[in-house]
Amino acid sequence: MNRIDDVFTRLRTTGERALGPYFTAGDPSLDVTRRLVIEAARRGADLIELGVPFSDPIADGPVIQRAAARALANGATLVRVLETVAAIRREASVPIALMTYYNPVLAFGLEPFAEAAIKAGVDGVIVPDLPPEEADPLAEELHPRGLSLIYMVAPTSTPARMRTIARRSRGFLYVVSLTGVTGERQELPRELADQMRELRALTTKPLCVGFGISRPDQAAQVARLADGVIVGSAIVRLCEERATSSSLVEDVGDFIADLKKPLRNG
Amino acid sequence: MKRRRPSGLPDARGHFGRFGGRFVPETLMAPLIELESAYLAAKRDPKWTRRLRELSTTYAGRPTPLYFAERLTEHAGGARIYLKREDLCHTGAHKVNNVLGQGLLATRMGKKRIIAETGAGQHGVATATAAALFGLPCDVYMGAEDVERQKPNVFRMKLLGARVIPVDSGSRTLKDAVNEALRDWVTNVRTTYYCLGSAMGPHPYPMMVRDFQTVIGREARSQALRTIGRLPDAVVACVGGGSNAIGLFHAFIADRRVRLIGVEPGGRGLATGRHGASISGGAVGVLHGSMSYLLQNDDGQVTEAHSISAGLDYPGVGPEHAYYYDAGRFTFEPITDEEAVEAFSSLTRLEGLMPALESAHAVAYALRLAKTLPRTKSLLVGLSGRGDKDVHVVAKALGMTLE
Ligand SMILES: Cc1ncc(COP(=O)(O)O)c(C=O)c1O
Repeated sequence: MNRIDDVFTRLRTTGERALGPYFTAGDPSLDVTRRLVIEAARRGADLIELGVPFSDPIADGPVIQRAAARALANGATLVRVLETVAAIRREASVPIALMTYYNPVLAFGLEPFAEAAIKAGVDGVIVPDLPPEEADPLAEELHPRGLSLIYMVAPTSTPARMRTIARRSRGFLYVVSLTGVTGERQELPRELADQMRELRALTTKPLCVGFGISRPDQAAQVARLADGVIVGSAIVRLCEERATSSSLVEDVGDFIADLKKPLRNG
Repeated sequence: MKRRRPSGLPDARGHFGRFGGRFVPETLMAPLIELESAYLAAKRDPKWTRRLRELSTTYAGRPTPLYFAERLTEHAGGARIYLKREDLCHTGAHKVNNVLGQGLLATRMGKKRIIAETGAGQHGVATATAAALFGLPCDVYMGAEDVERQKPNVFRMKLLGARVIPVDSGSRTLKDAVNEALRDWVTNVRTTYYCLGSAMGPHPYPMMVRDFQTVIGREARSQALRTIGRLPDAVVACVGGGSNAIGLFHAFIADRRVRLIGVEPGGRGLATGRHGASISGGAVGVLHGSMSYLLQNDDGQVTEAHSISAGLDYPGVGPEHAYYYDAGRFTFEPITDEEAVEAFSSLTRLEGLMPALESAHAVAYALRLAKTLPRTKSLLVGLSGRGDKDVHVVAKALGMTLE
């Protein structure tokens, strides 16, 4: 059974919401990424989004762009990110979804990538620049191996597109809360509730909301609508600010615990 | 000679064989589909196409002439060289053909703002020009490095009322300007029109920009038949993203005996790794929304392009070029910085025509090819733009300094 599906099945019975923190793999180093993920799992993260750095991250705001640039400078290639997942797997069973732009996967080769990912212990793959129209070749490699291809749905998605995405997405639907790139926002978009209502009418698959959520109070608000909350830039910024601090892993762990608190017994 | 219709590419999903497509965040998918329908509807609207033709003539200065470069031909001592004079277009390059079309489309779609990316600043100036013409506010993204290299164009854009936004991320050149324009568009897609500058990016841009540029080849083909009396033996154009080249080549695709040659920026030489030759020196991948050839390392990270010409300094190429390269219909040849500067000097001295450094790449290859052919043969070369914008770069390359 896929670990992502297990998590949502379990949380649904307890009424809890999932917390999905995002880390840019290799920032500040792959070894620290490994420790961050393990600590996150220990402090309440239900699934991890592990970002594979890319030279041209068009869906990302400045915080994650900078993290990707640092990670690339540190030599974080897709091969080494997969090795890191394998290392994490020796210590933690938290579901891991790789978040990667398409070109590194293409360069790796779709079939070799799917093989290597399942072997390393990856559970799902999110490709922000791969809409359903172009996703068949990758989906055909991932799905037979039990890896979930998780699609994003956006505020601009038409009802027909929402239906297609809802049907195709495995594991959960990644609901992009706002029209824009990743990054922290002061307020949540007002249209989110409507967007979620429309999606609920289309699918029973878990809905995880991401983009712009950076504080526990925002996580609490989203938890009223969603099955899971994804927090990226706020965590990546913390990694940036505390990169050289000896308490980095602990500080991030504390933040994860704060974010998770309002998500318990919704 | 009757002209046959070229292939019906791209297909409905924007694919040229295995190339092209739409590899963009979901947020942009519905807007791209909307853009495609708006464009197809505009194309069928006789009033809209008449307005575009009218602007092409009365505003941009079309048709541009085909000029027989007699002294350049003598200098090469072989095939006759004809120049398609896009340098005579308003704003000094073929880029205006594209922005008039897209600008008219933006107004038709009721968009309130135009954004663009620019490398050399030529597309930025052209977009700022169209924005002034259509009365729309305009933001142009430009790599911080290019803002430094192309100061006169930065100032021109400002005079035209556009805002130039320097991009400090990545390699601080055209590739990063496209990234930033895409991020702006993802954020403001409901009100903003993204005027992409070449026949690249996600569908429908490669098709749409090509369509707006094919006027170059249509004119050139009938001008060739009139002045040469037959079709040229080869057609040569420089390739950055590929818009002037696809615009010139398209009318000749069905003419099997006409060689179509794209000239890529060879920078310091392909062997040095410091070049921008995406086809001659790259591999298939996805960048900026479409599948094509691009410069990348083994891990699929996009690498920096290098060219003396800022307009060719781009690690990708439009998908239709990739398709016709694989199909064996187009060939691609690299020309180095040094060869381009030499051709710039030759054309300037021999003909009194100062080409853009981009166009000088095409001239350089044409000179090389002409030498190998008899006088009975003829070459048609795309002179995509004029070189005033490049005088300081050429001065530096020749070891001179400007005050
Ligand atoms: C004069 C000129 N020629 C050619 C190019 C390259 O673009 P493309 O390959 O789209 O024609 C540029 C780009 O700025 C240009 O300014």
